[in-house]
Amino acid sequence: MTWFLRNWTDVAYGLWEHIVISLTALTIAFALSLVIGIVCARRDKLYGAVMTISGILYTIPTLAFLAFLIPVVGLGRTNAIITMVAFSMMILIRSVVTGIREVPADVIDAARGMGMNPGQIMRRIELPLALPLIVAGLRVSAVTLISVTVVAAYVNAGGLGTLIFNGIASDHAAKIWAGALTVCTLAIVVDLLLALTERKLRRQRAA
Amino acid sequence: MLIDAWNYILTHPAQFWRALNVHVMLSASALTIAALVCIPAGIAVARRSGLSLAVVNIANVGRTLPSLAVLALVMPMLGTGFAPALFALTLLALPPIVTHTIVGMRGVDADVVDAALGMGMTRSGLLWKVELPIALPVIFAGLRTAVVQVISGAVLAAFIGGGGLGDFITAGIAMMAVPQLLVGAIPVALLALGTDFLFGVLQRRLTPQGLRA
Repeated sequence: MTWFLRNWTDVAYGLWEHIVISLTALTIAFALSLVIGIVCARRDKLYGAVMTISGILYTIPTLAFLAFLIPVVGLGRTNAIITMVAFSMMILIRSVVTGIREVPADVIDAARGMGMNPGQIMRRIELPLALPLIVAGLRVSAVTLISVTVVAAYVNAGGLGTLIFNGIASDHAAKIWAGALTVCTLAIVVDLLLALTERKLRRQRAA
Repeated sequence: MLIDAWNYILTHPAQFWRALNVHVMLSASALTIAALVCIPAGIAVARRSGLSLAVVNIANVGRTLPSLAVLALVMPMLGTGFAPALFALTLLALPPIVTHTIVGMRGVDADVVDAALGMGMTRSGLLWKVELPIALPVIFAGLRTAVVQVISGAVLAAFIGGGGLGDFITAGIAMMAVPQLLVGAIPVALLALGTDFLFGVLQRRLTPQGLRA
């Protein structure tokens, strides 16, 4: 505790870096998944292939993935972000596609009957109705990305993992506690906030 | 690079097999312990809706905790080595198994249970012949999630001296020796993918004929 009080700026900086890295990866991954999800929502075969590939990327252990990229992009934040984007694609694409597919066919028929074109249906009907599920996907990925960022500190990406690794290397328990507990708190808080958002959206849709 | 990695295995066979063995032992033990605790506990809890909700909520919080943070937190308390790593990995495997068991058991149609009881089945007959077979695919999905997570987590066990294939990766990164790094990374990726595939096949096999899509 005394270590934490004397070094809270280090922890705060680690937390800041951690949020920046996770958020960057989440933004890139989300943009990609939205495009891929929209493209393959109504194409079964393509969706199957996309799920197989992203499933493989998801299953490869994080540290192994970071290691594979070292000969290609070296150490650092680029490596971490590529790994994180690859890792979170499956959950995000699946949530986009499932969300779009769960829009009732009647609703789409009605929209078409009102003269909307496919682009308008996607933007004004399918995506808004899919939103609660998309947020659910974002929630799972945000939490997993916070977790992956901890490991990414090992390839010099920064963040709270740096504190944990320094603590392990120097057998400094206070550093480990500070890093690990802060990152756990971050994960729980983000999970809770997105859960609340998801619930609010669902209630709005139901009303 | 790949040839160098292969040569490294050929010149250090004992080291490689030992790491692979430790990795598999760590993962298999953690999964087995977690399953032995969580499946019976989940079945017991599933009968009460209030308790189920509480357990699922706690497990969901447990699921959000970063693997490396859990492993790191175990170190100041239990020290380094195989046992602390096993303890941390078992903790990581608990939430998916317990939530899937509860969800699977609670998903059994009440009418089906009624029909079974009406036919004169005993409580244990109901559990073994009706509820478990119907819930099994869901429970198995939980085991599949858990096993992949544990194999990935076991790579990180190298950081707290737990051994396993992660040792090659950390040593490879420390010395910037790419072949050595691949000696850890390729087998562990194959191990994770292979296990996931195997569990997927088993999951399909274990689904009762009448429930298959």
